[in-house]
Amino acid sequence: MPPEKIVLRFGPETADQPIVYRLVKDYGLLVNIVRASINPHREGSMALELTGERYAEGVDFLRAQGVSVSPLASELTWEKEKCTHCGACTVHCPTNALAMDRPAMTVRFSGADCLVCLMCIDVCPVRAMATGI
Amino acid sequence: MSSERTYEEINARIKAGKVVVLTAEEAIERVRDQGLTRTAAEVDVVTTGTFGPMCSSGVFLNFGHPKPRMKMQKVWLNDVLAYAGLAAVDAYLGATELPENDPLNSRYPGEFRYGGAHVIAELAAGRPVRLRATAYGTDCYPRRELETAITLGDINEAILFNPRNCYQNYNCAVNVSDRTLHTYMGTLKPRLGNANYCSAGQLSPLLKDPQFRTIGVGTRIFLGGGIGYVAWHGTQHFPGTLTAAGGRPLCGAGGTLAALGDLKGMDARWLAGASFRGYGTSLVVGLGIPIPILSEAVLTDAAKPDEELFAPVVDYSEAYPNAVPGNLGTVSYAQLKTGAVTILDRQVPAAPLSSYAKAREIAHTLKDWIQRGEFLLGQPAQLLPGPGAGLRGQTLTVKG
Repeated sequence: MPPEKIVLRFGPETADQPIVYRLVKDYGLLVNIVRASINPHREGSMALELTGERYAEGVDFLRAQGVSVSPLASELTWEKEKCTHCGACTVHCPTNALAMDRPAMTVRFSGADCLVCLMCIDVCPVRAMATGI
Repeated sequence: MSSERTYEEINARIKAGKVVVLTAEEAIERVRDQGLTRTAAEVDVVTTGTFGPMCSSGVFLNFGHPKPRMKMQKVWLNDVLAYAGLAAVDAYLGATELPENDPLNSRYPGEFRYGGAHVIAELAAGRPVRLRATAYGTDCYPRRELETAITLGDINEAILFNPRNCYQNYNCAVNVSDRTLHTYMGTLKPRLGNANYCSAGQLSPLLKDPQFRTIGVGTRIFLGGGIGYVAWHGTQHFPGTLTAAGGRPLCGAGGTLAALGDLKGMDARWLAGASFRGYGTSLVVGLGIPIPILSEAVLTDAAKPDEELFAPVVDYSEAYPNAVPGNLGTVSYAQLKTGAVTILDRQVPAAPLSSYAKAREIAHTLKDWIQRGEFLLGQPAQLLPGPGAGLRGQTLTVKG
């Protein structure tokens, strides 16, 4: 069974919960954390691979806890024409996939560095970031 | 050559193709290279620009009458309510108005994906917008209902009229609390997780004329990619001087302006609908003002660089919502533009909400228009009140 690649997003309410432990203990899932970014801001994201027969139940559990679950395979698209190059996204991107080029003060997006945490989708005022789902 | 010049002399030079125009960035460089006096003698106009969210924006619309005629009492454009308490088929659509079925913040933080600002942007782009109106019917205006599609080209007038635009300076917003905040200054992470600011700094129009020596009623401007005018001072126009902790004056702050222009002459590239999670919608407006170098003193201000322009750092968890005066210090736009600032001895990542790259493009566009003779300077009928006018904001007293 190939691993399922997913991205979890935690809010301040769930960031301090031992959620990955529950996936292992209660659902017998094999967990491989690809990248994680939680704290010091009490919210964050985690990209991980999950393997196990009770994968679907594990995802149901995550969602019941208020953790958002989305596939890692979904790629983010930067709609360059919409982007105003304000830069509001750059302090929210955990991997600097979205960053300011200085001194031009223009935004650049490097898809290879993208964790697909989807923070940029929420913070972009003009909705220039879109998921490919 | 004297550095004193009049509007008439500058406009004559524009018509003769001899005008010398620099963007504010270029003026800063020129003054650094060859000094103030020589630059003031050579340069006629300095152009500025800003491209940021400006909530107090909207459009007056006249739809034309259907047959039979109608006194539209309630009007919706793509389900966003427009104020119709005006003559029969006039309405005003505000940027922050939201669809009536929007969940708002009932599922906090709300997304606010669509609002008046987005309708304005669709109109500017020439896209069809659904117009729905109801009325009570009169002898002269019998029609009671209407539903149709309109485009900007179909209707009589669309006048962008923004009661408060182009803030002279703005807070650098931070969050000292333990929870994430969703504000009009964007998402603010807890414990000084980020610092969001919203000014083009050395390109920003009102920072470059802090004494209001040149900007007034009738000043011709770049507005939304077309030509607009300064109509009046903006609401909450309280021009003053930002000071450092010890009281040392730093730069201008508090001025605003009201701007108007024909939406039909604008370009959707310079009017964008914006959504701020947990807060609402806003219109990102492109606005640029040419500053006539009437004297060396005007150039002194117009050539102030980011190193000499500052923003007050304000906490949006306690101080701002509860209107507690004061700030957590000041930071220069030069520091902010590096992407990190020091606040309360912490290194804090900084991000703009206003596009510096687009502000630069606006200043260059305005420069081109003037150099090509397409844009003459408008001499103000009266200047906007300056810091000496003593305008101060009132607190609304809530009476039991």
